[in-house]
Amino acid sequence: MSALVLNEEQQMLKDAAKRFMYESAPVSQLRALRDSEDATGFSRELWQGMVEMGFVGTLIPEALGGSQFGYLGMGQVSEQAGRNLSASPLLSTAVGGVAALLLAGSNDQQHALLPKVAAGELLLSLAVDETPRHNPSQVSTRLESKGDGFVLNGRKQFVIDGHVADKLIVSARSSGADSERDGISLLLVDRTAAGVKVERVSMADSRNAALVTFTDVAVAASDLLGEAGKGFDALELTLDVVNGQLAAELLGLSLEAFERTVAYLQERKQFGVTLSSFQGLQHRCAHLFSELELIKSVVLKALMALDEGDEDASMLVSLAKAKASEVAELATNEAVQMHGGMGMTDEFDIGLFMKRARCVQALFGDFRYHANRFALLRGY
Amino acid sequence: MADLDAFRQQTRAWLDENCPLSMRKPMTKESDQCWGGRNFTFASEDQKLWLDRMAAKGWTAPDWPTEYGGGGLSQEEHKVLREELARISARPALSSFGVWMIGPAILKFGSEELKRQHLPPIVRGEIRWCQGYSEPGAGSDLAGLQSRAVDEGDHFIVNGQKVWTSYADKADWMFCLVRTNPDAKKQLGISLVLFDMTTPGVSTKPIKLISGSSPFCETFLDNVRVEKSQVVGEINAGWTIAKYLLTHEREMIGGMGRTASGQKTLAQIAVECIGLDGGKLADDMLRGEIAHWDLDAKAFELTAERVVDEAKAGQGVGAASAMLKYYGTELNKRRQELLVALHGSDGLVWEGEAHREGAIARNWLRSKGNSIEGGTSEVQLNVISRNILGLQ
Repeated sequence: MSALVLNEEQQMLKDAAKRFMYESAPVSQLRALRDSEDATGFSRELWQGMVEMGFVGTLIPEALGGSQFGYLGMGQVSEQAGRNLSASPLLSTAVGGVAALLLAGSNDQQHALLPKVAAGELLLSLAVDETPRHNPSQVSTRLESKGDGFVLNGRKQFVIDGHVADKLIVSARSSGADSERDGISLLLVDRTAAGVKVERVSMADSRNAALVTFTDVAVAASDLLGEAGKGFDALELTLDVVNGQLAAELLGLSLEAFERTVAYLQERKQFGVTLSSFQGLQHRCAHLFSELELIKSVVLKALMALDEGDEDASMLVSLAKAKASEVAELATNEAVQMHGGMGMTDEFDIGLFMKRARCVQALFGDFRYHANRFALLRGY
Repeated sequence: MADLDAFRQQTRAWLDENCPLSMRKPMTKESDQCWGGRNFTFASEDQKLWLDRMAAKGWTAPDWPTEYGGGGLSQEEHKVLREELARISARPALSSFGVWMIGPAILKFGSEELKRQHLPPIVRGEIRWCQGYSEPGAGSDLAGLQSRAVDEGDHFIVNGQKVWTSYADKADWMFCLVRTNPDAKKQLGISLVLFDMTTPGVSTKPIKLISGSSPFCETFLDNVRVEKSQVVGEINAGWTIAKYLLTHEREMIGGMGRTASGQKTLAQIAVECIGLDGGKLADDMLRGEIAHWDLDAKAFELTAERVVDEAKAGQGVGAASAMLKYYGTELNKRRQELLVALHGSDGLVWEGEAHREGAIARNWLRSKGNSIEGGTSEVQLNVISRNILGLQ
């Protein structure tokens, strides 16, 4: 069992990501994308910068053009993206897409696609949820055999960056009832294939998600990831990887909202004194500080467990996502409240942190979903 | 690593041979805890045997130097010993304020003479210590303490009153904060002195708590003679040591948020009390509350681990102890509330064999003191706000 500290390589990655996100992908960039109603919702130039920094290939093996820094390495990038609300397809492509290919894809599929991802030439997205609240085994999308291949029919929602992804990674049912784990397949589908309809949905955080419908979409046998009907285990592992990174993003976002709030309290004066002199506010900040210390630990532990293939990794990821969701909600609510009237204005950044937090919390399972999963994995 | 593996094998073999089987069962009653001292009555032969064997190895104070009776173990070896003890669910051989608190302070600040006099009897569990800190007028504002020590050349004469002295009525010696300079700024006129509880002028009176037990006393000091050789560190420099000890105490009390080895987890108790339905605890609302507590407790346990790892790596926030004390004690209070709820009316039974002499209710009530003793939760939040966040 490793000590709960970053190694030198991870620390360097953290420092590099910190500088890069602050300089190249700050909050003002998200604001500009939102205000200009940008069609893609992210900057291609920034994406290229992330490729050059090696962030996009963090999870990809060196032999396939990546830097292979592992989940804890990637977590350092996600945390800094959280601090700056950096808008990019990092999560959809470099985390979700890459993890699905690594965990479910064949050698051929990995060799064909991962080098392109690392080079910034291919965007991916997971199309998993069919209900507003995350429920990955609830799959009504049907995959039926036809000739040498398959035909796909169904509808997916909250597909992050679905409107710009080149390929979608879709969960579909080959057999079984709507909520069974057995009978679920994973497959690659081109966004531009005949019968795929992608409707961009702008979310509260000014980031992108899509509603995707599949109508008699032809899927080649070679586009199946893993065996037909046996994709759920790989999907669960993929979601663990994604949720680990979402927890890291929530950590960064919460720390930033907290630090901005503390700085505001030290500066804002009322009744002739700074707000920071009021014990009513001090104690709430000190409590929040304690909660933030807790999520630092659970995020670190969950990512380490994923890297080490720990048998408790799923339990630890659900712990991290649940706790990070809970604390991010508290941190952003307190941040807006303590900024007073300024916190309610669009001009002030603090509200953007609250909006992003809720979207990240809801994505692939909120506090309640993961608290329930944590309890089940603990035997109750 | 090879050395460490060898140490683990030796330790395992030694424990296998030397830890009595009855000392590998969970502690259920107060008398199962071994405090040692001149007046201690051992609950069983095994309890005494276990203490004597561990003490002979110096493993009641595993990381103290061997020259003072300690085990002389490195941090890594100490960790191995803890793990091996946990593996067989061994009870602590000795619970001791001497080992936890005054011993480390004497090691760090005391004279060679004090080390030789006091440390070996602590290791052997022969002398039981109590802490004289709080006073009727100095609780959260500890530095305002008034017990006065007047300089009489080679000794002091001490007059005053202490309160919340843990087990003063059972202790052999006291480590005590007294005011040696009434004219200096309040933190600068305090000394830490040691004296035997049988010294003329020392008397104690137990305080009965809402839990029905009396772990604390009032202690009266009436013209008590204390030799100057029994001052720890410099005269008037006691506050630094007091703060060092408070940090120790906070970490100790904060540790109560964690589930000790051999103790059943809250979830296990819940399953026993309520049962499962389709793999889930059969009561939805309780299940939600228990899961929430379990998440926080696991996160807290990992945080305590991270703080230690960071300290070893030379990183980390100072004053982490304030955060651990605050969160750990609040967590333990929540645990006790849930335990009462899980047991329903059984959890409120006060006396009688049927429900372990009201242990659930009494532990629940006792836990209310966790966020008061050793600095209240509110004082911890003040420390975090001012010292870490710079809010003032």
